[in-house]
Amino acid sequence: MNEAKNLIYDGSFNGFLTAVFVAFEEKIEVSNIQNESIAQQGLFSDSEKIYTDDDKAKRVWNGIQKKSKQASSSLYFAFLSETDGIELLAYYYIQKLFSYKQKVHLNYADDIVLKINQIAKSVGREKHRMEAFVRFQLTKDSIYFANIEPDFNVLPLISKHFKDRYADQQWIIYDLKRKYGLFYNLESVEIIALDLDIAHTNSIYKSSAFTTEEHDFQQLWNDYFKSTNIKSRINLKLHTQHVPKRYWKYLSEKKAM
Amino acid sequence: MSFERIREKLNILADAAKYDVSCSSSGSTRTNKNKGLGDTGTGICHTYTEDGRCVSLLKILMTNYCIFDCAYCVTRKSNDIKRAAFKIQEVVDLTINFYRRNYIEGLFLSSGIFKSADYTMERLIAVAKKLRLEENFNGYIHLKSIPGASDELMREAGLYADRLSVNIEIPTISGLKLLAPDKKHEDFVKPMLKVKNEIIQYKAEKKIIKSTPIYAPAGQSTQMIVGATGESDKDIMYTANHFYKNYNMKRVYYSGYVPVIEDSRLPALGSQVPMLRENRLYQTDWLLRFYGFSVNEILNDVNPNLDIDVDPKLGWALRNMNEFPIDVNTASPKMLARIPGLGMYSVSKIVKARKFRRLNWYHLKKIGVALNRAQYFMICDANEWHHKDLQPAQIKGLILQNSKGKFRSSYSAQLSLFN
Repeated sequence: MNEAKNLIYDGSFNGFLTAVFVAFEEKIEVSNIQNESIAQQGLFSDSEKIYTDDDKAKRVWNGIQKKSKQASSSLYFAFLSETDGIELLAYYYIQKLFSYKQKVHLNYADDIVLKINQIAKSVGREKHRMEAFVRFQLTKDSIYFANIEPDFNVLPLISKHFKDRYADQQWIIYDLKRKYGLFYNLESVEIIALDLDIAHTNSIYKSSAFTTEEHDFQQLWNDYFKSTNIKSRINLKLHTQHVPKRYWKYLSEKKAM
Repeated sequence: MSFERIREKLNILADAAKYDVSCSSSGSTRTNKNKGLGDTGTGICHTYTEDGRCVSLLKILMTNYCIFDCAYCVTRKSNDIKRAAFKIQEVVDLTINFYRRNYIEGLFLSSGIFKSADYTMERLIAVAKKLRLEENFNGYIHLKSIPGASDELMREAGLYADRLSVNIEIPTISGLKLLAPDKKHEDFVKPMLKVKNEIIQYKAEKKIIKSTPIYAPAGQSTQMIVGATGESDKDIMYTANHFYKNYNMKRVYYSGYVPVIEDSRLPALGSQVPMLRENRLYQTDWLLRFYGFSVNEILNDVNPNLDIDVDPKLGWALRNMNEFPIDVNTASPKMLARIPGLGMYSVSKIVKARKFRRLNWYHLKKIGVALNRAQYFMICDANEWHHKDLQPAQIKGLILQNSKGKFRSSYSAQLSLFN
């Protein structure tokens, strides 16, 4: 009889896919798949360390894509949620995809399919919010800089959107929570780590890192935001539903000027 | 540019433009060219005002000087307000700098009419042209078509703008005569017709010559004021339907009249904005565009106004109980869409999921169907369907009892004990 095993991977998506590959190939009964940074020894199960292998990961990924592009994208989105236990759920989802001939990813009456889709949808919403709520500030080095704290790890998902849109300006989007960022150097997007001593929130303090013109435009935007409001239709509940409070500190229009 | 002067102009000209409700930035096909600035997509609301409306475009007037005296309009010439006008370059600079900071999807430029319709239209086009040709700006541009503008100018406008719109504002011709005696109905329709024909021509030419320059890829829209002239919901929706059918409108917007000036022809200052009515009109608009309803099913001589206490789909269902119950496991998507409480997303999920198994109440609930409303109108893979003997009035009562509408206080006769 096979012992149930706890697979420990490096936290990357390719690492996770490698773990799936190993589990399939060695017919392991998987008790859990855990990120090494938070892994805990299970009391009754063995652990196995998985070494990320891009070729193995690619084979699993191609297999999933062949099944359905839509399923593969739901899976990737859900994985980036970093939700507790997402790896095991994603593993069951992949198992399900491979064990049916039908398009099982459309079976919304199935608990696992539905759950993956719901998580993927929340991540999709956060991606969209970040495309909306990023506020660039022009630094004295002519770089448009923004820092964010998204609920999920959405930087990989928004990279293309910003690259396609701001093709003629250098920009940085930095995730303060996960301590990495994207830097577009007019050619390509690179992943960077920065030593930021402070977060650049929308405080009224005018940081000397930015141009004076920058502070003027923030003022104009803040003014515009107020002038375009119709007071006789005020609906703060709807306002906070669309712009949840946790995002306010990075929105220049919500600055108390 | 002088910062304080720009600031003042922006405050005046944004304030005057805010009664235009359209803020859509979707539906265009424009992409980033030659590593320039911007692109368009499915539309992004970058923020929301405190009244809960999406802010997606920099929405301003070129000027609020106006030769017309339309009673409903805040910038009418007899109104004693501060006037201002932007220079072309100032609008270009604001747009580019807001866009680069990811504040907006693009520009929505409208204007009071100064000198003549054509003179005004030329200035709007000049801004769009400069953005496209000098700044290589590929973001979204929505230009107002000025009523009475010439065909040549409307042709040119569409070469630079993604969307064009003329607001007809008053849904009935008699209302227009009363409130905007200087304007003629034909002046609104003429630019609309030109844009419609240009779009048709563009689509035909595009099939033969691939390099045909794109023309207003996001189509055209219009807006009507609701509650200014005592018109019925039927008047409004039949007019909307006419514009959807005959002018290929992408959107018709409904704007609850906000009293801005004292005028004996209009609701008094301080009267409430008809927000619930506006909401019901939008719901009806959706039923027409996405749910396969035709306008006379919902509004007709017997029912010239929409129900206030229930949404229009539920209202229709309660009047047509003979169409129900609908079996979710066998009905066509078109019929599923007619069940109150079922949105198009749920319809699509049901159609996919029922290929795997017959669905029961539990599945429907998990998929996200609003069973509070839907349960009275459908059957599924379950024996319980307790509602077959209920009269429409009883069903309505049960649904209202178990729901909390956001506008409930505005039509509930029940006294609230603790307020």
